[in-house]
Amino acid sequence: MKTFTVLNLLETETGEHNTLKLTCFAGKDGLGREIGKQNIYRPGLALSGFFDGFADKAIQVFGRGETAYLQKLQGENSAASLKKFFGFSIPCCAFSYNHRPNETFIALARESGCPLLSTAASTEELILTLYRILGKVFSENITCHGTMVEVFGIGVLIRGKSGIGKSEAALELIQRGHRLVADDAVRITCLYNSALEGTGLNEEAAYHMEIRGLGIINIFELYGAGAVRNGKEIQMIVDLEEWDPEQICDRIGDTEIYEELLGVRVPRIRLQVKPGRNIPIIVEAAAMNQRLKKMGRFSARSFIQNQLHQREARV
Amino acid sequence: MISQQVVLSNRAGMHARPATLLVNKAGEFKSEIFFEKDRDRVSSKSVLGIIALGLSYDSTLKIIADGEDEQEALSALVELFENKFYED
Repeated sequence: MKTFTVLNLLETETGEHNTLKLTCFAGKDGLGREIGKQNIYRPGLALSGFFDGFADKAIQVFGRGETAYLQKLQGENSAASLKKFFGFSIPCCAFSYNHRPNETFIALARESGCPLLSTAASTEELILTLYRILGKVFSENITCHGTMVEVFGIGVLIRGKSGIGKSEAALELIQRGHRLVADDAVRITCLYNSALEGTGLNEEAAYHMEIRGLGIINIFELYGAGAVRNGKEIQMIVDLEEWDPEQICDRIGDTEIYEELLGVRVPRIRLQVKPGRNIPIIVEAAAMNQRLKKMGRFSARSFIQNQLHQREARV
Repeated sequence: MISQQVVLSNRAGMHARPATLLVNKAGEFKSEIFFEKDRDRVSSKSVLGIIALGLSYDSTLKIIADGEDEQEALSALVELFENKFYED
């Protein structure tokens, strides 16, 4: 994993929602410091001189309590614990409610090259936003060879061997008004241990597709802003397979197959490819069926149920 | 399965032309070939995938080959990197 620095944090925050409007008021030299932990630490105990279990790789958040304590420290001769505090290579200190620490604190931070950030937001807002950003940074991810599209609001990851027609199926889906998320390489990130997000690997290749015979085409320019999106939760996997008459395929569909990716279960369907089998239409129908299941209606199961009821009624 | 680390020494980084050369060369072999950077792994059959790895000058890349002609495939691909894709 790449190192995530304080500067990266500021960039991410300004780039996403910029709710915190974080500013760095001292210790700019240390903006390259790495944030080594997803955790966020409230340094009350450390300030009072108790350093057992001190998370020195984590962002130190100063709320009302910590700032008030710092004010009190000023009066007494307690530079020692502050010195010890800055003796650790802590990534940064963040102050809520636009609080500013006293001059001694700022001087020590400058000296040790620890950036001091401040925001007008409340402590809970600060902590929640930091957790949201760090949660994404420290989440597990894998890359998968496949194409991802959003069909009727369902994030569909299309996989299969090279040349089986993943991109072609996606292109037809885009023509039919659906959206491209990523082509060829999809980064799958596990969010909050419960959902998978699919994105492209980087901005350079975003919105582009590779179609055999055409080369690289720009979907954003060809089909407009409505035909692309940057990320989407993976809610269904479609595996394209070569036509094999020997293989028994699901005819009723009353049992669901799941695949576990990064600890998250995703429904998976297998489609056999054959000339004359319109894959995009089947993917569309599958996505629609998935929506229906989410709304509590399971076509295959209710079909079996209804049939049984009718039989009973006849007897 | 065999693999080898290579360093990209093209000033311009991995853009469409070298990526195409790489895909075409990899396509000449029967082996399954992958390219890996950090933890991202892409198929050798995909130009966009290779570009998406975002390889710039001096980046390290791992080539992984698996199959009957893996040795030949690997050395042919390494040769492309060594010759800077006949650029510069």
